[in-house]
Amino acid sequence: MGKSLFDKIWERHEVASGLLYIDLHLVHEVTSPQAFDGLRLNGRKVRRPDRTLATADHNTPTDGTPRAALIKDELSRVQVETLEKNAAEFGIPIYSLGSEGQGIVHVIGPELGVTQPGMTIVCGDSHTATHGAFGALSFGIGTSEVEHVLATQTLVQSKPKSMRIRYEGEPGFGVTAKDLILYTIGQMGTAGAAGYVVEYAGPAIEALSMEGRMTICNMTIEGGGRAGMIAPDQTTFDYVTGRPAAPSEVPPEWRELFSDPDAGFDKELVIDCTKISPMVSWGTNPAMVAPVSDKVPVAASEQDERALEYMGLSGGTPIEQIKLDRVFIGSCTNSRIGDLRTAAEVVRGRKVADNVYAMVVPGSVKVKAAAEAEGLDKVFREAGFDWRAAGCSMCLGMNPDIAAPGERVASTSNRNFEGRQGRGARTHLVSPQMAAAAAIEGHFVDIRTWSN
Amino acid sequence: MRAIETITGKVSVLNRDDIDTDQIMPKQFLKRVERTGFGEFLFYDWAKEPDWNLPKNPILVTGKNFGCGSSREHAPWGLEDYGFQAIIAPSYADIFYSNCTKIGLLPIVLPPEQCAAIAEAGEAQVDLAAQEVRWPGGSAHFDVDPDIKDRLLKGLDDIGVTLTRGDAIAAYEAASERSGPVTTAL
Ligand code: SF4
Repeated sequence: MGKSLFDKIWERHEVASGLLYIDLHLVHEVTSPQAFDGLRLNGRKVRRPDRTLATADHNTPTDGTPRAALIKDELSRVQVETLEKNAAEFGIPIYSLGSEGQGIVHVIGPELGVTQPGMTIVCGDSHTATHGAFGALSFGIGTSEVEHVLATQTLVQSKPKSMRIRYEGEPGFGVTAKDLILYTIGQMGTAGAAGYVVEYAGPAIEALSMEGRMTICNMTIEGGGRAGMIAPDQTTFDYVTGRPAAPSEVPPEWRELFSDPDAGFDKELVIDCTKISPMVSWGTNPAMVAPVSDKVPVAASEQDERALEYMGLSGGTPIEQIKLDRVFIGSCTNSRIGDLRTAAEVVRGRKVADNVYAMVVPGSVKVKAAAEAEGLDKVFREAGFDWRAAGCSMCLGMNPDIAAPGERVASTSNRNFEGRQGRGARTHLVSPQMAAAAAIEGHFVDIRTWSN
Repeated sequence: MRAIETITGKVSVLNRDDIDTDQIMPKQFLKRVERTGFGEFLFYDWAKEPDWNLPKNPILVTGKNFGCGSSREHAPWGLEDYGFQAIIAPSYADIFYSNCTKIGLLPIVLPPEQCAAIAEAGEAQVDLAAQEVRWPGGSAHFDVDPDIKDRLLKGLDDIGVTLTRGDAIAAYEAASERSGPVTTAL
């Protein structure tokens, strides 16, 4: 039997049975302090600082605060400063607040070219699967494992099962990568891929830009998957080569990174893209989604009832009638230059509705600069959007960007859990285009038929 | 890490499916740089609900896909600090499961009917060596990875074990390490 992309990368990185070598370890301020403490307590060193990279993102304010020392929230400041101290002590390169490489950890990896095909990549963050878009095996780990990788550059792992999701048919107008993945999670549930490494394949995936592929892989964890990956192709090679940490030519081994035609998978799923509409989440997990043209479903379980109550919605309400208080365009799912471009196209020459506070948060300092060079900041500002500095921002409410209790948010992020964007905040997950159009109208609209 | 042999005592029940780590340990407590003291923040928002009842017992019985979402180890730290030594549920999210085993909090998978029976009984004994849960009126066998079991029984630190394999890691680096990105050269 042939080998899958996952098999090939796994075998290439086995130091011994059950011990996996890690090519790149990304570190951020929230899940690392206790790991560095553990090293210190045991007199251990970081084995490979040259394979490790740190940035500050979760806690950083997006108001342009230039240095960690100036962060107003004391706990946040301590956490970012602790990361800076740890990085200095252990010799790890760091892009902290104020550095031009700073940004959301899953945005800066690909941007710098440290994310490359065929690698094993880990980070103490569940959205690490994002990097799998490059044909890497990439997954989130806990703090004990962060410490383990720092000390040994390896992870104790038993091989997960493999799953392939094939996307057949062409998605219609207005249907983005975000809609493909929201639809997929809606189909398979929040644990549909639990225990599996997922390979996304098929013509609709091959047609996606690298940014679209990152959006898909990013949300693998919302379907319970350990990692998501996509075989690298010319689109990948064109994106990676020439970046600061990447080679300028395609190494021959990158061209061998695909699943053999006779590779076996433990589970397969086929998605018909022609059936997918722009999606909106209505509940409190990312599997609770519906096409924008549909209605909020009537509760079918106690869990649904609880979700509808939290969301302040009743079954049968047309999704387009849901009024919004806030719109957030950002997060490691949708804050790259392509995302900002498509959102800017929607808002160009229009105005944000009176009842809405809308913000755009670029994923990194470099994305922000690129957007400003193209004048996107002006387009957003003129429409009434707040144009912010890079960070996780309102994706998780660990920094000053939070929604008030009861506020309803159209968000391009990845999680709509209770309280994720602030206590009592109500999150609806959508694509950047859908978020932008919702900001203009003050409620959700079907981007396919919308004409303002 | 403390070695686990048997865990005996009363059972707390949290009968909900898909409980995510944002609920177990809300993000405002992730700003701490310490590793201890997370128990008092466990289920911080839910604990304000009027009919909330989660006594500090050694065993927690809960619903399927427990611990989904964020990879924060602060969630298992909180559960352990609160007093739980074992969790029994029909299924777990992968990262959460792994995080629990790293700190010596034992996650046990049992079918929903047996979870319900244990919840009903109100007390149980977990015997890791025998891979068995016993409760008044029943008992059940559970599966656990042999390496994880061995480590938990001995209370071993994963890192110490791997460091003893330093030669194998060095040999891998010499023979097969990819010429990947060098972060220190950026
Ligand atoms: S943007 Fe959100 S999901 Fe992504 S790393 Fe930051 S907090 Fe996590």
